[in-house]
Amino acid sequence: MSVKTLTINGKIVTGLAGTSLFSAAWEAGIRIPRLCHIGGLSDIGACRLCLVEIEGRPRLHPACMTEVEEGMVVRTESERLHAHRKLIVELLLAEGNHVCAVCVSNGHCELQDLATSLGIDHVRVSYQHPRRPVDASHARFTLDLNRCVFCRRCMRVCDEVEGAHTLDVAGRGAELRLIADLGQSWGAAESCTSCGKCVQVCPTGALFAKGAAVGEMTKNRAFLQYIVTAREKHEWIRK
Amino acid sequence: MTPEDLSDRATAELERQQGFRERLHCCTAAGCLSCGAEQLKRELNAQVEARGLSQQVEVHGTGCLGLCSRGPLLRRASDGAVFHELEPSEAGLLLQGDAASEQALAAKRLDPTHPFFAHQQRIVLENAGRVDPQQLDTYLAVGGYSALARAVSELSRQEVLAEVRASGLRGRGGAGYPTGVKWELVAKQPGTTKYIVCNADEGDPGAFMDRSVLEGDPHRVLEGMAIAGYAVGASHGFIYVRGEYGLAIQRLQGAIRQAEREGLLGPRVLDSAFRFRVDIRIGAGAFVCGEETALIASIEGGRGEPRPRPPYPPEKGLWGQPTLINNVETFANIAPILRRGGAWFAAIGTERSKGTKVFAVAGKTVHTGLVEVPMGTPLRTIVYEMAGGIADGGRVKAIQTGGPSGGCIPERLLDLPVDYESLVGVGSMMGSGGLIVMDEATSMVDVARYFMEFCRDESCGKCVPCRTGTVQMHQLLERFCAGQAGEHDLALLKELGTLLREASLCGLGQTAPNPVLSVLRYFPEELEQRLHQDAEAAAAAAPTEPA
Repeated sequence: MSVKTLTINGKIVTGLAGTSLFSAAWEAGIRIPRLCHIGGLSDIGACRLCLVEIEGRPRLHPACMTEVEEGMVVRTESERLHAHRKLIVELLLAEGNHVCAVCVSNGHCELQDLATSLGIDHVRVSYQHPRRPVDASHARFTLDLNRCVFCRRCMRVCDEVEGAHTLDVAGRGAELRLIADLGQSWGAAESCTSCGKCVQVCPTGALFAKGAAVGEMTKNRAFLQYIVTAREKHEWIRK
Repeated sequence: MTPEDLSDRATAELERQQGFRERLHCCTAAGCLSCGAEQLKRELNAQVEARGLSQQVEVHGTGCLGLCSRGPLLRRASDGAVFHELEPSEAGLLLQGDAASEQALAAKRLDPTHPFFAHQQRIVLENAGRVDPQQLDTYLAVGGYSALARAVSELSRQEVLAEVRASGLRGRGGAGYPTGVKWELVAKQPGTTKYIVCNADEGDPGAFMDRSVLEGDPHRVLEGMAIAGYAVGASHGFIYVRGEYGLAIQRLQGAIRQAEREGLLGPRVLDSAFRFRVDIRIGAGAFVCGEETALIASIEGGRGEPRPRPPYPPEKGLWGQPTLINNVETFANIAPILRRGGAWFAAIGTERSKGTKVFAVAGKTVHTGLVEVPMGTPLRTIVYEMAGGIADGGRVKAIQTGGPSGGCIPERLLDLPVDYESLVGVGSMMGSGGLIVMDEATSMVDVARYFMEFCRDESCGKCVPCRTGTVQMHQLLERFCAGQAGEHDLALLKELGTLLREASLCGLGQTAPNPVLSVLRYFPEELEQRLHQDAEAAAAAAPTEPA
């Protein structure tokens, strides 16, 4: 397999052909903001936070879905990118009902972390205050759509890793919603194996284990990497 | 059917047609059907029967004659006269053919030298008024399928590609990618499983070019697709039609059945080793499915959502295989190009945009309907001469092209010749061919709000900028319309517009701010006016400081 050499933020980086810019940057210690990407699942390029500038190309490219190429010159930080990321996170904060003070994931939330790291101290766009349901019908977990950012990690882990494909989205645009099976309550969804992987990959407090109080819901991402490594490399030992 | 049979059938049909003293082509496209074309046709047939003229006069349906605002339309083959707004009670007059009846019909006769017709050059719509979409033989009689016959029996794949390339044809879906280059990209892909897709998910408000072609001349599209299949090495094609186009779907189904029965499609196309089948897929009402990657997802049976490109469909399309996607009008240009040669086509139009373009003229003009004009025709000619300008002497304020992805062009720029680059240069785009004319009474802010509402409702919700940005932009525009906006709203509107353009995943989101940006460019005073009202109102309402 051939190795490509490229420049990211002035730093020379190498990556195997076929790896994404995001992975190549990650391995080189360069962190690009992201919400829908999570190592071990397929990428969809939906959150638009990992957009980067590539020299000689007029458009912005999602790092998670752009393959490394020889001689590429990439910038992951610029005034323009910062402005876009900031506005995207502001849009997300205004879209749902994100009230950190009463959220189980307060202090362990990727959306909160993004807002902090991007220096968001207020939201310029209008809060939508949507009326969204909370599905607590499952025996062990709760889905609070008020906190959902539609990154679809839960959908993908359920489909690609667990193989159940219980969760999916319905509707479109502002009417988008997460559903279980054919739109019934989660508790009634027969395909759900109650494995809890969706809860562990959820970046916010939208999916959480019952019994967690404010700030108590921490998520364990390591399990996903463990399963993926085990499957791909047949290393069945937890490190 | 062999290529020889094809020409025999064509000759036989021509002889049959010449056997009639008169042939009446009744427009049976959706526009005319909606104002009584079916009743007219039925009455004509009944009268023909009653007068014992069935050996002398033939009545049949045909494709869109263009002037949809004046339907039902009818074309008389013997002298090419076109009649408008016919009532079934006038059927008898049409059949009498004496001086008195001509006199009575004079008011219903359209002037063929009227600029609406005279400035047109018809390639895509050449068969409108000549061919019955439900009678394969009438298409054969005007040379139908002869281009396909020539391709499969005489030309190599490379020769077909070279001809399309030489024509300079560019994609009629809006972006204007060179068709020949796209075909070559697919042709060069290794592998034996490739697909042809015809994008008939025409969704721009006010646009109905593709619908008219499918309703009026479905075989032309099938022939174009089969030629494409031969040229790029594909044996399976899909037509993705929006579900709202019931009549187009019905006509296509009929056309595919006829073509298969006659061996024009199927395992041995025109008795050659080339096989090609066409299937119809019906869209379920999502505008975004006109975007090629979303369209592919929809055909595959998934949720109609776009994915980031690259890889582009010519490399990885339907089920991961090389796929050629062109729209209806593009495929409709292929058969004439092969029949008459790429050089003939390349001689029409401008330096960089060749051939003709069909526009659906809608809005406040005297005449509305379909026109096909050579590229390079000034917009002013279309709006004032062909469409007759605004009714009651009103003034044109702006025109809108490209639907929700396009922009407004103010009256002073109407001398612009129609081509891909010039329209992009003024901040609009060719789009699929919708052309909406607006008069002085139209508020441009309202127009921008309308298109933003459309994009908001049609956003699939996959990427954040489009899903939430269109909601916010629409709310800001509502605020402008209500006179409640402030300076910061204007700044935010611009910032959101930039985000959507640069960060959205697909064309829908990337072009959604265009109508707003073009208002900012040409009619900034209309947005600012609303601001000032607000500032004055705020000043008036502000509490005075206590003494």
